Amino acid sequence: MKYYDKLIFDLSRPGRSGYSLPENPWGVTADALPEDLRRKTPAGLPQVSEPDVVRHYTNLSQMNFGVDTGFYPLGSCTMKYNPKINEQVASMPGFSALHPLQPEWTVQGALKLYYDLSKALSTLTGMSDFSLNQFAGAHGELAGLMIMRQYHRLRGDSGRTKVIVPDSAHGTNPASAAVCGLSVVQVRSLEDGTIDVGALKGLLDDSVAGIMMTNPNTLGLFETHVREIADLVHGCGGLLYYDGANMNALLGQVRPGDMGFDIMHLNLHKTFSTPHGGGGPGSGPVGVTSALAHCLPYPRVVRKNDGKYALLTDKDSCGRISGFMGNFGVLLKAYAYILMLGKQNVKNVGPYAVLAANYIKESLKDCYKLPIKGLCKHEFVFDGLAEDNGVTTLDVAKRLLDYGFHAPTVYFPLLFHQSMMIEPTETESKETLDAFIGVMRKIAEEAKSDPEMLRSAPHNTPVGRPDETSAATHPVLKYSDMQ
Amino acid sequence: MGCPYFPHTEEDLKQMLERAGAVSLKDLFSDVPEEFMFKGEFNLPDAMSEMEVLEKFRQLDALDKKLTVFCGVGAYDHYAPAVIQYLLSRSEFQTAYTPYQAEISQGTLRYIFEFQSMVCSLTGMDCANASMYDGATAAAEAMMMSVAASRRRHRILLSSTLLPQVLAVVRTYADYHGMEVSIIGQEGGQTSSASLAQELASGDVAGVLVPGINRFGIIEDLSGFADAVHAGGALLAVYSDPSSLAVIRTPGEWGADIACGDAQTLGMPLSFGGPYAGFLACRKEYMRKLPGRIVGATRDAQGRRAFVLTLQAREQHIRREKATSNICSNQSLMALYATVYMSLMGDEGLKKVNDLSYAGAHYLHDRLIATGCFEDVFDKPFLKEFVLKTDVPADQLQRALAEEGFFAPLQTEEGYVSFCVTEKRSREEIDRLLAVIRTVI
Repeated sequence: MKYYDKLIFDLSRPGRSGYSLPENPWGVTADALPEDLRRKTPAGLPQVSEPDVVRHYTNLSQMNFGVDTGFYPLGSCTMKYNPKINEQVASMPGFSALHPLQPEWTVQGALKLYYDLSKALSTLTGMSDFSLNQFAGAHGELAGLMIMRQYHRLRGDSGRTKVIVPDSAHGTNPASAAVCGLSVVQVRSLEDGTIDVGALKGLLDDSVAGIMMTNPNTLGLFETHVREIADLVHGCGGLLYYDGANMNALLGQVRPGDMGFDIMHLNLHKTFSTPHGGGGPGSGPVGVTSALAHCLPYPRVVRKNDGKYALLTDKDSCGRISGFMGNFGVLLKAYAYILMLGKQNVKNVGPYAVLAANYIKESLKDCYKLPIKGLCKHEFVFDGLAEDNGVTTLDVAKRLLDYGFHAPTVYFPLLFHQSMMIEPTETESKETLDAFIGVMRKIAEEAKSDPEMLRSAPHNTPVGRPDETSAATHPVLKYSDMQ
Repeated sequence: MGCPYFPHTEEDLKQMLERAGAVSLKDLFSDVPEEFMFKGEFNLPDAMSEMEVLEKFRQLDALDKKLTVFCGVGAYDHYAPAVIQYLLSRSEFQTAYTPYQAEISQGTLRYIFEFQSMVCSLTGMDCANASMYDGATAAAEAMMMSVAASRRRHRILLSSTLLPQVLAVVRTYADYHGMEVSIIGQEGGQTSSASLAQELASGDVAGVLVPGINRFGIIEDLSGFADAVHAGGALLAVYSDPSSLAVIRTPGEWGADIACGDAQTLGMPLSFGGPYAGFLACRKEYMRKLPGRIVGATRDAQGRRAFVLTLQAREQHIRREKATSNICSNQSLMALYATVYMSLMGDEGLKKVNDLSYAGAHYLHDRLIATGCFEDVFDKPFLKEFVLKTDVPADQLQRALAEEGFFAPLQTEEGYVSFCVTEKRSREEIDRLLAVIRTVI
């Protein structure tokens, strides 16, 4: 990676432009609009040529690290390889030109694809019906909780205002609950990292709408008591929500629907290989049992008796949660991935992901502190270096960048002070894993021999550690604030 | 068939299993109760080759009818310069995640900073976030933001002239988030200032959302709105089409506190409704109430220009159950899309896009009126979209036009139909559309 210091605004010169449009055959312009409805001062967008734009953004891209650049063991983010056939089908001109409000009979292919993908997700998860309208994992959580509340409301049970969330949960779980108007009750984890079922029992009553669980949890541990938890929560009238962020561990082997979950979301950008795009667009399909299908967000895609596909607005729906039908372009990619895998290969996704995680864990547990021992699923957590040299998890993470690896998720989960959450995924070769293991061991050595050098890492990246404190105390959030 | 995405050889598997202390892959699931192990067969096809997958998608694509679009209602068929898709397909942008490690994410961080800067330029606001899911959810976030800023108020006012899907999504969020919704009526095709004043009188309103261009395509005259809303102790949010802001009065110029909307009009493909990107911007006073990712400029230890995710104390993953938004990502790649588009177009290019759309839309409008079968509902200024009254049954008209390869019009309510013309529609296309319409009416 090389350092490049420009912003597009630095390249702007009056009189330059990068567009090409046909001549106006009418001789009329928007200047004919009434003066007081027109913009008063120019926006001041950059004035750059097309070659300026191409070179600028190419240079920017070269300061970025992606899955195609190298190993990206970011825990709970499932940074697996993004197949290129996905991109090809998503850019087919037909799909990209469809207007979302076209009459149903003109978009039967798009509706069929939406429907077929939702059925493929159903068979893989054991859930009856899916909505694909949610834009991201957190958006799926929010929709899922709306479904949960709507279900209770339709039964005339308005007293269920609490949702139980384990202390190891992803930060979005409590935030989604708060946005959905539910109060969060935290249930603690046991020493072994799983939910304290005894403590859970004490929290259950008729004010509980449900529980949000990640299984395997953020420590990469399978919650073995999930059946008992399901029975307890159902017994008090609550529902079980499955946060699918960690679904890659189980794909092809274990289905949330079979574990007693009522509502779940998936992250197509994690488990189903669509690119993360620097933070989006993703997709967060929500699946439910047949008893909850009427509560899914609208519009839903249904298959009619005559084999045609149609949009449905159920009167019991929890509501509309997206302007149209979600990130349709992302759905195309996930469907291509499922077709490429097929019913046989999909069974290997979970096992290979779990194998890679255990391989790294066992290879490094002598030089990094492993707070929870034993079998993990697709990810696991180290609590910093085994030996205390004053070198922190942040230092190790930054040093990894020097060696050409992305860092793990750091300082999450919150259960440990020096958390380092590692998720390798099934698409990495043994050579890559060995190289990562080698570098992690080397960094552990450097922590003993040259801790100062680690504290100032990274040394080989386009920029060093940015001054985050001044960024927050004196926020500069746009170009005109920089002068 | 094997799978090209799994790199394991038999020997690799053997060595890895041995290190993991397992004999077989099955052992890796020994912690899962046997009852949960899936023993059935998935209802999926066998693995396909790339050629077969392509053929499958071609078959699906063939079931869709390709139409020339003369409708908007929240999704507009603008032209995308070739450069954009070319740059977006760079894998360093595509296959990265949220820029947590700033040192190796300067590419993403910089274009988000540029996006924020350009959104501020277009809307006349002081700060913007890294983008939202879409326009409708950005509007919902704008209203939750105004409720959070007000502390004790929970009522929001939504103009009845907002796009129906925006109204529906904000209502959904409001329903669960504990926001009480009142609707501001319309008068002559635009948000009624009398109705607004009446609703504000109760003194418990946190936020007001009105469109810059409304569902009738009319450019709203928001004179006096900001003063009225502020006098009522509430925040004014304007839902805008960012493309139009090159020529029409901006939320900032109307005195708004928050600007939101959908960046789809910045050249994004229709793509059956997504991915697009919402935007959300505000005045400096509300910077710390702005949800979502925000990128700030700073320096590294050597004094080099560097960019980071900042003001993270606002964010959901830190605030957890105290959060007032749960958004933890953005539509980053689509923000890059909009940024490259705005860079290529500049003020001048965007102005031309609007000029062509304006001219084409007025040409179509005038000729439709001339047929004698359509008449104006409101006599108000519009840009590229307009609604007409007609006795011709809308579904019959739409069906006939679709048979001939056009998507138009959309019935917005009984007897009202909506048309839209962008710079992509040539005079020839408009004339052909008119020819078909004349055969129907």
